[in-house]
Amino acid sequence: MINQFGNWIRESQIWGSIFRHGVPRDRRTRAMAILSNVFLHLHPVAVRKSGIRLSFTWCMGGITFFLFLVEIVTGVLLMFYYRPTVEYAYFDIQGLRAHVTLGLLRELHRWGAHAMVIAIWLHMLRVFLTGSYKPPREFNWSVGVILLVLTLLLSFTGYLLPWDQLAMWAITVGSNMARATPGAGSEGPLSAFIQIGGVPLVHAGDDARFGLLAGTFVGPNALLRFYVLHCVFIPCVVTVLLAIHFWRIRKDGGISGPL
Amino acid sequence: MDSILASSTSTLESVKHFINVACEPHWFMIISVAAFFIFLIGYRFWTKPAVAATIAALVTLFFLASCLDDNFNKIVTKADNVPIVIMMVSVAFLLWLAFRQAAINDERMEKGEPLLEAGADDKVLVWPDLVYSELIALVLCTALLIVWAIVLRAPLEQPANPNVAPNPAKAPWYFLGLQEMLVYFDPWLAGVVLPGLIVVGLIAIPYMDKNPRGNGYYTFKERKFAITSFLFGFIILWVVLIIFGTFLRGPNWNFFGPYEFWDHNRPAALLNTEFHDLFWVNLLGRPLPGHYLMRELPGIILLGGYFLLGPLIMKATVFRKLSRDIGFMRYSMLCVLMLFMLLMPIKMVLRWTLNLHYIVGITEWFLNV
Ligand code: HEM
Repeated sequence: MINQFGNWIRESQIWGSIFRHGVPRDRRTRAMAILSNVFLHLHPVAVRKSGIRLSFTWCMGGITFFLFLVEIVTGVLLMFYYRPTVEYAYFDIQGLRAHVTLGLLRELHRWGAHAMVIAIWLHMLRVFLTGSYKPPREFNWSVGVILLVLTLLLSFTGYLLPWDQLAMWAITVGSNMARATPGAGSEGPLSAFIQIGGVPLVHAGDDARFGLLAGTFVGPNALLRFYVLHCVFIPCVVTVLLAIHFWRIRKDGGISGPL
Repeated sequence: MDSILASSTSTLESVKHFINVACEPHWFMIISVAAFFIFLIGYRFWTKPAVAATIAALVTLFFLASCLDDNFNKIVTKADNVPIVIMMVSVAFLLWLAFRQAAINDERMEKGEPLLEAGADDKVLVWPDLVYSELIALVLCTALLIVWAIVLRAPLEQPANPNVAPNPAKAPWYFLGLQEMLVYFDPWLAGVVLPGLIVVGLIAIPYMDKNPRGNGYYTFKERKFAITSFLFGFIILWVVLIIFGTFLRGPNWNFFGPYEFWDHNRPAALLNTEFHDLFWVNLLGRPLPGHYLMRELPGIILLGGYFLLGPLIMKATVFRKLSRDIGFMRYSMLCVLMLFMLLMPIKMVLRWTLNLHYIVGITEWFLNV
């Protein structure tokens, strides 16, 4: 019965128009299953057996990617409830807990973010310990490092959004460092020398910290700025870099293995 | 009966006291570094499943017993600190997994047997072999994440208030390594230059490491220098500092032992030894020179020597072969990055022994090291 129904669906014109290959039962159709699907096509058709053993990759790159997708989905849902202004931000977050059915969104998003930071470090550790950054994969390692920095920045910008004490003061501690940027922070070394006719060019009202916070303190402008960076700008850059990262894995000969 | 109870409590108290002392910054770092090198040297022994399982069991037991202590419990179970416990466990487990495979591979290479990862031509089709493992991983991770989200509420404190600063004000946990650096360096180094160099250094790794061996399989023997220096940075100067910053730093960024109460009245540590005082006043017995460049000259010479002579001396001794193999540019890059990395442990030791504040302290320019 069920089999018949399954066959009926698979033989229909609709199914055939979406999945152009037959049922993946032999070598040819299995290869087609990968080649004719835009998502699966991230993979090569065949891979080295040792490369996909769990003890080799720990699946950490994959888990990092999975967590990134979780963050996108839960993040978009959170955006429905959250307004990035000083009046609303905290209470919107509070409301998530009180009013939203099955209110796990924030939990999923927050713990997913922590888990992603852990997973990306572990991924880097495994790539290092297997020597997988060696030629021809040098460039993909570099792309990875940028992804690492962006992941940390994603976490950092998101930390401010609940607008509670923890958020505000963690970001205050963090952004105070920008004040000390050499040559670009008002209290950084050498900044005092950048002046015209005795008028300092680098001061609290235009230094690196000001650029980060859009003000001299963690206030409404900083909240909006972090929100846009967190929800739009950094995720877009990460997505582009991920495309490069995955593409390069294939172009560099797949998961590394003994030569 | 009472006296037995009393004496066992007092033994317990003295054990706790002992551990509190062993966690003081200098002991904590010394023990961590010692454990790190002992592990690397004896990696073939420690990674044997029976040995590793025993160690894991002991650590778990110790951890669970510690949770009976109120002060310990309060900090470990704080919702935002749970990820760190997860990180500690997974880093330890995966390091074991990696070094276990390295030990097996190294032994096989000595005997001329094929590696664990051998069989480069054994190819399997992505559908079904990989696609299905990915699906299983995806389902498992989703389930785990949902359980985590149900069990642990995301923390939400009082609404932001610019007038009330919490004490301690901590950065997000993954940046606590940087915040710990602030104890030893000014923000321009700890918050800007050193993090920048970490990123540059990471990107530069594949371009500096010219060792063609150990590409695509676990090994330690063939890449001792690369693995030791990377792990020193990652484990000691990053993970260990995060653990330290989370669990052992309390109000006023003071150190508190794991079983100690976080006393808000303990004043911040005083730093009062400057290198220029040590040199001019204590060593030469003269007053400080008036001009700040003259005053800081000894420190500048010391640092200059460190960064200029250090590479030359190492080139003539420990790195003679390495510097020849990788060429001048790579060697210089490697030295600059390594010397910056080692600046941190050096400054730590100077702080513990001399209570040293700055090596070079041109406060006039905010240029302090
Ligand atoms: C958002 C972050 C990242 C994602 C989603 C990601 C994803 C992946 C995936 C799925 C793989 C396939 C093999 C595996 O799972 O281990 C991979 C391989 C690789 N990744 Fe990443 N990665 C990320 C960050 C990084 C970082 C931080 C580094 C290094 C600093 C890095 C360097 C590499 C290299 C060199 C490979 C090729 C390894 C080999 O061929 O064995 N990636 N990445």
